[in-house]
Amino acid sequence: MATVARPEGAGGTASPQKQGGPGGDRPPEATESRRRSFPVWRWVIFLLAAAYFLIPLYAALRFAGLKAFPDIFKQSGFYPAIGLSLRLALVTTILTLVLMVPTTIYVHLRLPQVRRSMEGITILPIVIPPIVLIIGVLKVAPSVLLSTPYLLALVYVILAMPFAYRSLDAGLRSVDLKTLVEASNSLGAGWPTTLWRVVLPNIRTAMLSATVLTVALVLGEFTMASLALFVTFPVWIVQFEQNSGPVSVAASLLALFVTWILLMIIVTVGDRGSRKRGSAQVALFTVAPRETRPTTGEAE
Amino acid sequence: MAGSTAQAVAPEELTSGARPSRTARSLRRSLRWLGVMPFGVYVALGLIAPFVAITIAAFHDSTTGAFTLNNFNTALHGTYLLGLKTSLVLSIVSAIVPGIFGLLLAYAIFTVKRGNWLRKVVITASGVFANFGGVPLAFLFIATLSTTGIVTGWIKDIFGVDIWDHGFTLYSAYGVFFVYMYFQIPLMVLVILPALEGLRPAWREAAQNMGASSWSYWRHVGGPVLLPSFLGCLLLLFGSAFSAYATAEALTGGTIALTPIQIGALLNGNVVAGQENLGYALGVIMVVIIAIIMVIYVLMQRRAARWLR
Repeated sequence: MATVARPEGAGGTASPQKQGGPGGDRPPEATESRRRSFPVWRWVIFLLAAAYFLIPLYAALRFAGLKAFPDIFKQSGFYPAIGLSLRLALVTTILTLVLMVPTTIYVHLRLPQVRRSMEGITILPIVIPPIVLIIGVLKVAPSVLLSTPYLLALVYVILAMPFAYRSLDAGLRSVDLKTLVEASNSLGAGWPTTLWRVVLPNIRTAMLSATVLTVALVLGEFTMASLALFVTFPVWIVQFEQNSGPVSVAASLLALFVTWILLMIIVTVGDRGSRKRGSAQVALFTVAPRETRPTTGEAE
Repeated sequence: MAGSTAQAVAPEELTSGARPSRTARSLRRSLRWLGVMPFGVYVALGLIAPFVAITIAAFHDSTTGAFTLNNFNTALHGTYLLGLKTSLVLSIVSAIVPGIFGLLLAYAIFTVKRGNWLRKVVITASGVFANFGGVPLAFLFIATLSTTGIVTGWIKDIFGVDIWDHGFTLYSAYGVFFVYMYFQIPLMVLVILPALEGLRPAWREAAQNMGASSWSYWRHVGGPVLLPSFLGCLLLLFGSAFSAYATAEALTGGTIALTPIQIGALLNGNVVAGQENLGYALGVIMVVIIAIIMVIYVLMQRRAARWLR
């Protein structure tokens, strides 16, 4: 059991210095000096960040006006565009989960040595310019795919990989997968049962964060959709801007807030669940320190 | 990693009873790769094949189809060279400044107690804002800092200065940099948090027990351990800024000379028709630059991994 080496891994059962993080149990004078010096710069950082991130939101909100929000739903082209974006989000999410969940579980159980390569490969879509990727895709894709917007879903799966893989990887690291699987198998469960009733429930929150991050990405992606000439929601917002600026701004703010609230709900619910079960906290894109020895029983 | 591989294999051999023959073992070993085949095929078709296709096209003339190096020659001269330079400088600055601020923000979050609402808000907001960009983001800053923007107004009211009269403009490389921070800082928070969580509290406690001050802890323990991951994250931010297209396009209306915007213009046929392959050549150059960056990133991660076990 000593293999789960993340600081937050054991939740309620961890030893005190692991649980508290820095500042947990420390010589009194050190704690005191931290209390004096620390919060000042912390609040400065938080205030700066709040100013930089919230003032533009407020400015846009004021520009749009609250009246513009109900108007969003009356605009021509809104429903087809949001419908297409939602369908793309659905297809992308399903494809991403079907592709990435088994792959990540398999890599954790059978090929732990390729985890680092997986990290390297899945980070590529962040650094490869989307504009380069989409022109390449438009060049090689068979004409059957070129005529359907679901081509975008296939490409979005690639774009979603960095976020999806990291969420799932973090989720799998936080449970002692090997022990769970071995226990399940030795109790006579076959692979499908083990996956469905043991592994998946344990990474439910990781799958949820992967889902939300994927949905956020699909609902906001503009470059590829516009170059592939499909009118998704972000493309519609840009086209519609010519008709009514305020409504267009309101629509983009609405999309932003809805995704944010969804993510908050997931993290809060996941937190509560994890505290009850005493398991790890929801890790959003967060990867624990790499534990290296997969099976040995020795302590670090 | 070699050691862990050997140990991972060991228990299977124990359960399989009799010692399998050498061929059976190597067969089993190669069969294990079948499990990552779907992922591998998907990446090959979705990521590698498109890149190969544009590389081939980049070496051919757009109209005649003959083999040529002209596209690369054009791409590395004149306005396109200027675009590459501007892109590089903008991306370097857009990596370092948000990188440092993102690190501080991430550390501030990291030291907040778990389960705190502020922590939740910042982490979820990072997930959302890291994916934010394009026209909506441009809107936000036009509403804030354009000549009639809200903050421009505040500054005029308080200090009596119109910043637009004093050389400030939102529609230049500076403005683009300022706007890019909106998704770069959250991205930094997301990617640097894991590295911060790799700093074991025990190290800090050990350092303090031996009388180290906060400064000497960071100078001799925390800093050196964090540095490779930090540089790795900076490289990631560089790549993210380098490849960003929609935001700069929306903000400046495509007037700024940045490589992704030039590619977009060439492929939309806005400039001169029949220059698609020049656009592909620019794309190849971008990916080559990114590839060099990635190699450095991987080497740094390998170095960081030595300490994070």
